[in-house]
Amino acid sequence: MVYSYFPGCTLRAKAKGFDSSALASCKVLGVYLEELEEWQCCGATFPLQIDNSFPLVSPARTLAAAKKAGRKLTTLCSACYNVLKRTNHVLREDLDKRNKVCTFIEEDYFGDLEILHLLEILRDEIGFASLAEKIVKPFSGFPVAAYYGCLLLRPPEEVGFDDPEAPRILEDLLFALGCSPVDHPYKTECCGSYVVLQPGEPTASPSRLIVESAKSRGARAIVTSCPLCQFNLDYVQSGDVERGENAVPVVYFTQLLAMALGFGEEVLQFDGHLVPPGPVFRSAGVGGCEGAT
Amino acid sequence: MKLSREIIATEDKRKLQDISGEEVLSCYQCGKCSAGCAMTSAMDLLPHQVIRLLQLGQVEDALRSQTIWVCASCLACSTRCPRGMSLPNVMESLRSTFLRPGDRCLNPADIPYELLEILPEQALVAAFRKYT
Repeated sequence: MVYSYFPGCTLRAKAKGFDSSALASCKVLGVYLEELEEWQCCGATFPLQIDNSFPLVSPARTLAAAKKAGRKLTTLCSACYNVLKRTNHVLREDLDKRNKVCTFIEEDYFGDLEILHLLEILRDEIGFASLAEKIVKPFSGFPVAAYYGCLLLRPPEEVGFDDPEAPRILEDLLFALGCSPVDHPYKTECCGSYVVLQPGEPTASPSRLIVESAKSRGARAIVTSCPLCQFNLDYVQSGDVERGENAVPVVYFTQLLAMALGFGEEVLQFDGHLVPPGPVFRSAGVGGCEGAT
Repeated sequence: MKLSREIIATEDKRKLQDISGEEVLSCYQCGKCSAGCAMTSAMDLLPHQVIRLLQLGQVEDALRSQTIWVCASCLACSTRCPRGMSLPNVMESLRSTFLRPGDRCLNPADIPYELLEILPEQALVAAFRKYT
């Protein structure tokens, strides 16, 4: 199975572990991610002003390039997935915008590319059952909370990823890896996204609520697919780590997958995490994390 | 407040609708958006109250609200809105009204260096898109 791969800017900078753990795991699973020859930043947010089509230009260029490559396109970052999928939807449904954008970028593209999140490939093309058979270091019931955030799920009519209020794809993956999925009420709530950068007064971050809800239900780690969710949930706990209080590591689903497939720190790249995941997994003796920091 | 057609149907309000593509009068104030909003603790007006101000033509009051900057565009409200209204589009149109003249921006020099060191690129790109 070969797919075109759009890594996006964050995976090549601050979220390197997301990228490397996905590439290594996919290889073992017989999925080849072929990076697009030409790609650019998706813009990180889908434009909400309907009178301004310019922010669609960058994702449209990537989509047109992927269409020429002739394969289904996959991506890992929730923001890239959201922006590419919504842009594709607009270019397919809105003739006026399509004409405007495609004339500008000098491409004929009709919004007819299939875009898959890696989670969808794991579920639909490999299958969680056959994935479970390939696990060499199972998590033996280790409790992990899934955190979806906004971008994977909303708006459901355009993204069409999973049930927007009661998603289960991450839990199903956790189950296949041998973890015990921990249900919690804030799994589809917003983490606050980029409000940490808001000029002026600092605002209360909802990230604390999300972490506490997962922790109070027994989760010992949180799993996500968005670099900004990962950062926010991690950052809100950085004080806890300094004070030596109990903190839960926030990891990408591909890092858990790579651990279960037996990869070590050179693939997991936990070094950028503010709550170090290594000690937690090591003390629980799960997921083959002997070499992890 | 004494309301009249002139007060309610202003030019500013028409512009907002052109930018957002949303008709604020379609809202019947059920409050579901505010009930499910993750950011209300940092807001001075609840999301449905901002919509109410716009329905009454009070665009200036809505523009003065912190709420429009606190909205993280997570789309929880629009996913649940029984009227199918996209509040995040309305919030974005209010922010654009401030930002389009080009005299307000997020200054990179104001971002603490320690934060820059660890922030994902996604956050920086998104914030510059939102605040500039």
